[in-house]
Amino acid sequence: MLRFTLSRFIQSIVVIFAVFTLTFFMVRVVKGDPFAGEKAMTPDVRRVMETRYGLDRPLYEQYFRTLGSYLQGDLMPSMKYQGMWNARIIADSFPISLTIGLAALAVALSIGLPAGIIAAVRRNSWVDYSAMSLALVGICLPTFVMGPVLALIFGLHFRWFNVAGWFESTDWVLPSVTMGLIYAAYIARMTRGGMLEVLNQDFIRTARAKGLSEGRIIIRHALRGGLIPVVAFLGPALAGITTGSFIIEKIYNLPGLGQHFVRSVFDRDYSLIMATVMLFATLLVTVNFFTDVLIGWLNPRVRFA
Amino acid sequence: MPAFLSRCLTALACGTVLLFAGGCSDDQISAREGAAKKIFLINNRSEPRFLDLQRANSTAEHQINLALFEGLVAESKNSDRDVEPGVAERWEPNADKSVWTFHIRKNAMWSDGVPITAHDVVWSWRRMLMKELGSEYSKMLFLLKNGEAFYQKKVPAEELGVRAVDDYTLEVALVGPTPHYPSIACHTSWWMVPRHAIEKWGGITDVMNPWFEPGKMVSNGPFTLKRYTFRRYLETERNPRYWDAATVKLDGVRFYAIESDNTEERIFRRGQLHATYNVPLAKIPDYMRDHPDVISNQLNLAIRLYRVNIARGPLKDVRVRRALGFSLDRQSMIDNILRANEKPALGIVPPMEGYEGVKEFRFDPAEAKRLMAEAGFPDGKGFPTNLNILISKSEVAVQIAEAVQAMWKEHLGISVGIASQDYTVYLTSQQQKDYDIAFGGWNADYYDPATFVDMWVTEGGNNHTNWSSAEFDKLVFDATQCADAEKRLKILHDAEAVALKDAAVLPIYYITRTRLIHPAVKEWQPRALDNRLWKYMDLISPPPPCSMDDELKRD
Repeated sequence: MLRFTLSRFIQSIVVIFAVFTLTFFMVRVVKGDPFAGEKAMTPDVRRVMETRYGLDRPLYEQYFRTLGSYLQGDLMPSMKYQGMWNARIIADSFPISLTIGLAALAVALSIGLPAGIIAAVRRNSWVDYSAMSLALVGICLPTFVMGPVLALIFGLHFRWFNVAGWFESTDWVLPSVTMGLIYAAYIARMTRGGMLEVLNQDFIRTARAKGLSEGRIIIRHALRGGLIPVVAFLGPALAGITTGSFIIEKIYNLPGLGQHFVRSVFDRDYSLIMATVMLFATLLVTVNFFTDVLIGWLNPRVRFA
Repeated sequence: MPAFLSRCLTALACGTVLLFAGGCSDDQISAREGAAKKIFLINNRSEPRFLDLQRANSTAEHQINLALFEGLVAESKNSDRDVEPGVAERWEPNADKSVWTFHIRKNAMWSDGVPITAHDVVWSWRRMLMKELGSEYSKMLFLLKNGEAFYQKKVPAEELGVRAVDDYTLEVALVGPTPHYPSIACHTSWWMVPRHAIEKWGGITDVMNPWFEPGKMVSNGPFTLKRYTFRRYLETERNPRYWDAATVKLDGVRFYAIESDNTEERIFRRGQLHATYNVPLAKIPDYMRDHPDVISNQLNLAIRLYRVNIARGPLKDVRVRRALGFSLDRQSMIDNILRANEKPALGIVPPMEGYEGVKEFRFDPAEAKRLMAEAGFPDGKGFPTNLNILISKSEVAVQIAEAVQAMWKEHLGISVGIASQDYTVYLTSQQQKDYDIAFGGWNADYYDPATFVDMWVTEGGNNHTNWSSAEFDKLVFDATQCADAEKRLKILHDAEAVALKDAAVLPIYYITRTRLIHPAVKEWQPRALDNRLWKYMDLISPPPPCSMDDELKRD
């Protein structure tokens, strides 16, 4: 197990470094630059701005300077928001996305897991069919439909929540539900699939033959194996869920992190792109690392593969 | 349930609860509460990128600065064309209107009580003209005598055309006669910044100098900066030291940065905004029909147009370009797509008091056909099919481009494509002149036709069309040398006519600003430049009845 963990760890470091290098050079190749605006910048002003952010230096030098800063934990200032450090932008917005994401995850798990388990146990009954049809609808409904519909019903019609914004202690509910319902649908389908596979295996039949109760069989024996696909999916999904969604943040006008991923690219804010991508990559790689270790523990075959 | 799973879920639940406890802490006020507390809630659409007055370049920053600062003169409450006293109580020009003397009022002071003097203005304008500041509006001050030379560091500061005669008298020497200078001086690039505050917190041109942060910023307008939370809102509060504080009615203005039209409309209906930034395109007709008292619709001093890259294939031929212009049914686009009382643009300059615009591009398909035939493309035969209209991915730009595509097909028999690019790429393509025809626009910086005309001079930073005309350049130059206001407008008119005749720019429509306005708002004054005069705005509490009360009054 130690050897397995260690090799996964080294792989993670290599991946993060590769992402850093690729991102740095890829954003420079794309057309456009951080100083494009509706009114053209005069060459003089452009030169001042380029000097200010070191863009007048050779590309390799910029690369090593950026790398050096990151190694020291300095995420550099944004090129678009004057006087704003990327670290501060992330520190302000990440907790909000994390809150909404974790709540969405809670929504997703509390709906998805039971629905998937019940569907698997009552396979091919009306319970199974209706749960799975609903899940399919959930997967197909995009957030930009679900979001406004929920806001109209619960915000404008019933007036239980704000339609948008991040002010009151209930403002996480609608965005989290919007986001969670989609993931709930995925989780339900995956749980069902995983459970069905396990429930057909010999050791379950053995457990039944030994006279164990159905509830005990499912919870103690089937679930451990049946959840493997869900865990494998949730690991990477966790990084995505907790770093915010551009669409949800736009619909609900949330000051989260998701918008910065998209907007920094539109703005060609090179330094903010780097900061957000590195955050996401580190998060994803970390979560994947733990998922791998967890799956290795859940399923011994992986460890020795 | 396996122990690990239950532990994971418990940890997740605990973490979530903890986060919520600390997550939301900002207060929110409804439009009705805001009216009672005299705090105006407005959507400003985007986050300010530069809070430093002299670096500001976006409309969002501009609206905020209008509340925080004030220049020597200000836009008049009564007319878009006139100005009224600001920090200067009176002013007078010399005979040829090339030197202006401003008398600064003795009771003008910064929000920390430091008096404003003529020396502050001199220092501010020198800062504005420092290259290292990297301000996009520095070139507005090239109107000052030696302005450009000082910017290029060819003359010392003493030779710049601004001088403090004494603490309260400012002498401004311009490059030439400028009868409309007071209108130009309304623009924020001519306003003053607090030298003592800037020098206290860091280098004069240091981009990380935090002088504009709440608690540090010193301003001289009707309001001061109270609070700014990135991506939430920026709030200003009444400035008791403002020289005309008695006139100010509001106690504060809160600027939100809600980007989506649909979201802000829902927030408005929830009773949490006094004024939206826009109205969703699809909902404009419904609001105009059902809630005419809530929707506000004002013609703005701004134009939407097509730039034609005259170096591209058949677009080199002026007859082709003119045919493209004559075959656009602008009224039909307004009636069927825009639907917010926009006006068809037949010339470059929007309707403006005192200026007679050129009406060139009336809808004339017969003339367009004739011109195309003359250029060798009768009924579009032989016309290349690889030309594209370059647009960014905005809803309006797409729909207009599709309409134009259909009109050119119908009236000229030609097919053009639509090339849609990300906003930054779209801007870069235009700057690199890598396009055929491009959708674009221009919003006035100040109330004068020159702001629309002089951008088309040879190699002008916003020309982008490769078009160049010695005759046009000369007229624009002549206008800058003309002391007679009326004669000057006549010259600008002639220049506009020259530019239109060559059709490197095809005007489409003059825009309107469409917003939803809460009934509590008193006197939402129509402004041609869409600059809010915050010192005169007011809110009534309780709000008078309106057609949306069943929604707005529910909380």
